[in-house]
Amino acid sequence: MPVLARTIEALGIPTVTVTMMPDLAARYRLSRIVGVEFPFGHSFGSPHNDALMDTVARAACHALEDAQAPGFRLDVDAEWPVPLEIAYKTWHPKQASPIVAQMLKARGATEG
Amino acid sequence: MVVDSYKFLPRSMKVMYESTTVDELEPAWAPLPKPLHRCTVALMTSAGIYLKGQPPFDEEREKREPTWGDPTYRVIPTDVRQEDIACSHLHINHDDLLEDVDVVLPIRAFKRLEAARVIGALAPEHYSFMGYQERKLVDWTTVQGPELAARLKERGVDVLLLAPS
Repeated sequence: MPVLARTIEALGIPTVTVTMMPDLAARYRLSRIVGVEFPFGHSFGSPHNDALMDTVARAACHALEDAQAPGFRLDVDAEWPVPLEIAYKTWHPKQASPIVAQMLKARGATEG
Repeated sequence: MVVDSYKFLPRSMKVMYESTTVDELEPAWAPLPKPLHRCTVALMTSAGIYLKGQPPFDEEREKREPTWGDPTYRVIPTDVRQEDIACSHLHINHDDLLEDVDVVLPIRAFKRLEAARVIGALAPEHYSFMGYQERKLVDWTTVQGPELAARLKERGVDVLLLAPS
């Protein structure tokens, strides 16, 4: 998605990207980056947690208002409310994605 | 706090991402055309959501060609109802977004920001992509990206918020 942000920004629409991977967004030199330390598939938080969604949304607005040059980054100071050992597993799909399944199969073949 | 970009990923993925070469890029930058409290804001997610009745993202081709991802997008109206949301994305668990789509497309939060006059208005429509794409991303840079930028301009959208999943 960094490529899409860059393409749209280059065509004159200012963007702000709320991302679980702000380091990667910075490498793509996006204009305004808001980092969240949340599991994938949850860029604005957990279901019905409107207070957390507001926190992230306001951070995005701050980035839009405060950034004066590309590369602006603001990390949201919010801990994910589920223990890491659980959250680490539960964002994954119930079945491995095709590319992951292919990689696992290749690894299995290599390892015999 | 400094966000750990790899907290929820296996260590092997961190190594892979950090060793991936990104071309030398000029920074992307478009200034806000007016103060935020007068701007119209649209939202974009890459969670692969779509409206029941719209075509889903093409999972079957991805299953046949695991390095390919459907580059198209779907339009999601601001007044969407939760029960109208479906999802086709083979790389994330759908349970939470099917319970509350605002975890990936924060319409309620931005309606509150509109009411509080932090933003001028929330646009009447938003956009959903399926975020798993082949690395060259030619479709997004030459087809969907320019098409979407033109659509945003036609509709008077001043700012786009992207929320990768």
